Amino acid sequence: MSDTPSDPRASAPGAGSGLASTRVEGRAEACVAGSVPDADLASLIACPQCDAVYRAVQPAPRARAVCARCHTVLIAPHRQAGQRLIAVALAVVVLIGAATLTPFLRVEAGGMSNATSVLGAALAFSARPMLMALTLAVAALIVFVPVLRALLILYVLTPIVLDRPPARHARAAFRLSEALRPWSMAEVFAIGCAVALVKISDLAQVEFGPAFWMFSALVILIVVQDTFMCRYSVWTSLEK
Amino acid sequence: MDVSGEVKSARDMGLVACTRCTRVWPAGTRSCARCGQWLHPREPLSLQRVWAWWSLGLIAYVPANLYPMLETRTLVSTQDNTIVGGAVEIAGHGSWGIAAVILTASVLIPIGKFLAVAGLALSVAHGSHVSRTRRQQLYEVVEYIGRWSMIDVFVVAILSALVQLGAVVSISPGPASLFFAVSVIATMLSAQSFDSRLLWDGPDPSPAPRSRLA
Repeated sequence: MSDTPSDPRASAPGAGSGLASTRVEGRAEACVAGSVPDADLASLIACPQCDAVYRAVQPAPRARAVCARCHTVLIAPHRQAGQRLIAVALAVVVLIGAATLTPFLRVEAGGMSNATSVLGAALAFSARPMLMALTLAVAALIVFVPVLRALLILYVLTPIVLDRPPARHARAAFRLSEALRPWSMAEVFAIGCAVALVKISDLAQVEFGPAFWMFSALVILIVVQDTFMCRYSVWTSLEK
Repeated sequence: MDVSGEVKSARDMGLVACTRCTRVWPAGTRSCARCGQWLHPREPLSLQRVWAWWSLGLIAYVPANLYPMLETRTLVSTQDNTIVGGAVEIAGHGSWGIAAVILTASVLIPIGKFLAVAGLALSVAHGSHVSRTRRQQLYEVVEYIGRWSMIDVFVVAILSALVQLGAVVSISPGPASLFFAVSVIATMLSAQSFDSRLLWDGPDPSPAPRSRLA
């Protein structure tokens, strides 16, 4: 804990002594920490991927602070990210709710026709007792987890955006939402629809229901969500 | 990027970092007061858990390929298709592009993930000639791709829910779909168990890591 400045390129504004500037994009600045008294720990940030420690300097909106050695994005604030994330989460709940119950694809061949909803797709596995577990897993991955995650984000972000104190158990809620992130697969399912259509296009005539377009919109919404979600900003807001 | 030599890890500074919210605490702190995550300088038993999930994923991947994924019944015939069998049949119809996509998504990528996770775990235990940056990139690719492999299971679900046209043609899921889902989920858990900070504890294959990657 007794570093001295050794890098002549050190030139980060806002940096204390013993700091060197790191790789930045845009106008973001993150700085290598030197000696740090315990009270200053709150101003530091550690890369979750490689454990490198920096002095956190809030980048300008739309700029990003990036880890110097593994290039993980550490801080990426956006203007009105909170409002946008709330809007996206509301849209996700509405879209999945509607797409789950209404028939979203319809096939026709040899005078017979059939339509299915998203829930119907999950229930396709329930015909065989051996595959019952898959019905639950698929329903969870494409309906329950994405909806739960969107609701948790609404619960956590709404008070922050309204400048109110954090909701009760907001930290646990956000922690759960983060843990669920890899298991929220609505957009994977949406792409799966496209693949399935290619596979049966020569077998039968296919019609898209409204829910199919809803799931297509969902893919875009999830991308928007990932762009605007700055975990560092949320956690620091919850700390106040 | 020239500064990477001076970057210090939280552990080297006598600190412990929270991997969920990026806050740092004095070494020995048990849980993060900001987000509640349990703190460990490095995840305990990380590699053991990686290998445990990895083995389950690999074991489940075998029946996923041996049993039929889809069972197609038409007026005249009943046909069971394994993953590879289905792709071969589609190629036989002349749709080489679709067959290539299916083989890539269901065979090449899963096998690639097994090799990549095993390679990363071995590199932590035994060192590697590949630079840490490159291995970190490999890890991020594996983590990103993991969930997309569930697409095969979803396609089976959509096809069997949709194609129920009485006597004309009907499709139902085969037992391989369950094994394939177990394999994908176990591989995801294997990748999640890997503590990527371990990659950065070892030395880089110096002196010029970038030039040795060719």
